[in-house]
Amino acid sequence: MSATRAVTPPDTEARVDRAGPAEPRLGSTLLRHLGLAAVAALLLVAASYGLEPFRNFQLATVAAYLCATAGLTVLTGLNGQLSLGHGALMATGAYTVALCQNAFADAGMTGGWLLPVSLGAAVLAALVVGAVVGVAAARLRGPYLAGVTLAVAVVVPALTVTFDGVFNGEQGLAVPVEPPPVALGAYFPYERWQLWVTAAATLLALLLLANLVRSRYGRTFRAVRDDEVAARLAGIHVARTQVLAFVVSAAGAGLGGALLAVLAQSVSPGAFSLTLSLFLLMAVVIGGLGSLAGAAWGAVLLVALPDLTHALTEQLTLSPAVAQRVEGNLPLAIFGITLVVVMIAAPGGVQGLLSRLSRAVSARRASRQRS
Amino acid sequence: MDRFVFLTLDGLSRGAVLAAFALALVLIWRAARIVNFAQGAMAVATAYVAYSVSAATGSYWLGFLAALGAGLLLGAAVDLVVMRFVDHTSPLNPVIVALGLVLLIQAVLGMAYGSEFLPAATPFSRTALTVGGVAVLSPYDLFVFAAVAVVVVGLAWTFTRTAVGLRMRAAAFAPEVSRLLGVNVGGMLTLGWALASGVGALAGMLVIPTELGLHPHAMDLVFVSAFTAAVVGGLDSPPGAVVGGLAVGLLLSYVSGYAGSDVTPLAVLVLLLAVLLVRPGGLFAPVAARRV
Repeated sequence: MSATRAVTPPDTEARVDRAGPAEPRLGSTLLRHLGLAAVAALLLVAASYGLEPFRNFQLATVAAYLCATAGLTVLTGLNGQLSLGHGALMATGAYTVALCQNAFADAGMTGGWLLPVSLGAAVLAALVVGAVVGVAAARLRGPYLAGVTLAVAVVVPALTVTFDGVFNGEQGLAVPVEPPPVALGAYFPYERWQLWVTAAATLLALLLLANLVRSRYGRTFRAVRDDEVAARLAGIHVARTQVLAFVVSAAGAGLGGALLAVLAQSVSPGAFSLTLSLFLLMAVVIGGLGSLAGAAWGAVLLVALPDLTHALTEQLTLSPAVAQRVEGNLPLAIFGITLVVVMIAAPGGVQGLLSRLSRAVSARRASRQRS
Repeated sequence: MDRFVFLTLDGLSRGAVLAAFALALVLIWRAARIVNFAQGAMAVATAYVAYSVSAATGSYWLGFLAALGAGLLLGAAVDLVVMRFVDHTSPLNPVIVALGLVLLIQAVLGMAYGSEFLPAATPFSRTALTVGGVAVLSPYDLFVFAAVAVVVVGLAWTFTRTAVGLRMRAAAFAPEVSRLLGVNVGGMLTLGWALASGVGALAGMLVIPTELGLHPHAMDLVFVSAFTAAVVGGLDSPPGAVVGGLAVGLLLSYVSGYAGSDVTPLAVLVLLLAVLLVRPGGLFAPVAARRV
């Protein structure tokens, strides 16, 4: 099974690849994913001790974005539905977490179980909003769907100003988060604790998504993307499948937004602008639509690129005002150009290039063994 | 009642601009089957060109002409440099590329001009004239109506009465046959992009002074409204775009007049969803049998 297909139809190479080895059975897949998640968790714990606090925080941010990009990958890459509104779904999750944490704090409740409850509520809220948008989306195609989700992305942040009694307008809300548990020691670095919390939630979400992608539902997602008529003839309920994909994807975005809010300890509409929605789409397209590994590349890119351009603008000698303008906008420009170039030159994205490379290497090795 | 009259006239003036912008979307959709999501960003870019030219020469009208010229060039450039090379087999690809252009254009504008709101000048006064004690249109509104009317009539005349218009329609509807008959299909496509982008530039010049001012994101919400207008009319129909534009303009005016301007984005979203769910082809599209 080729997991690197972009929204473009498969080239012959991908077709040949798809006829390759049969998919592993579900039991072994689950075990493999559990193993991968355990390895990733161990690596992250090791990394959290090895890295300085700021890098820990960045890694946690990557993890939060990964929830959203993985969700979007399932929707756009596997199901062929384009969403420009995932920034708004992230906002839904973020505001829910803020409201829950504030309510708990006001009621004077404390305990380690509060944050998971808030995160669960955030996922639920995003799920509901995703279901509403998804029902509409299932009836729409291509540019129409893009238009509606674009409207969602523009409108939802504006709603926080309309109902500023609840959401506190442009100012946004603070997200009170409890310090790390005392059992970990009095001087446990806060950033390490943030990484642990975010990474745990993200690994759990990825585990669920990875299994979903490999399951019967994942196959119906892809079938609907590839050919709706054929999928319908095969007995797949197309609209239901599309709504399910949207709901799953919205849950991922909601969790991602909630984690970002917990990391920043605040939410405001400015953090969930149309640009964020576009960024998410850019990230999954550049990372490589159609595989969760591509979503991971995209999430890394989202955090690394502003950092790199910051380092770059510091090298240049610019006046402070110009430097500020360039620093804020250079990542956007680079993202925009990269996106256009990737769509034209390499629709598989980073992950597509990598798997093409590894195929080429293994093909060469095979031919060398034969000769 | 006075308020209703004022809101209606104000809505029609707003709607005229949206109609022009929706027309630009419809032009590209008919020529290339692409919804140009970069239309708003492109219009903002031309408005910044106008700002620079006006600041350098001190003349609003030179800036206005510069914006229209820049619009034509930018549209042609987007087709020749980018869209021509995009794989059109999936409708998602051109949308994604257009969004890349949005990010790029807005970032370049932000780097060049900063992200503060710059004042946008108008050639005529924006204070409403009163007729018999009732506030009606401002001179600027009359200018908007005149400009949009010239464009709509000009486009209709070009497409129905001129040889170039005939070739453009032929190239859009039957590219292969047109090519056999000696029509430069690629050239017609580029011309379509240029025309659409020029109309978009005009709409941008007209609408930006009535919003908060010049800003890289000044057209985000206008784009959503214009997309809604185009969908209301059916993406395929130029008269539909005009009617849709006027309808959305009226809706926005009534909602902001009676319910507050904060709610207008929500009203646009609700209208867009309602039209797409009830009549996805728009009000002007013939009902087609489903293929499945």
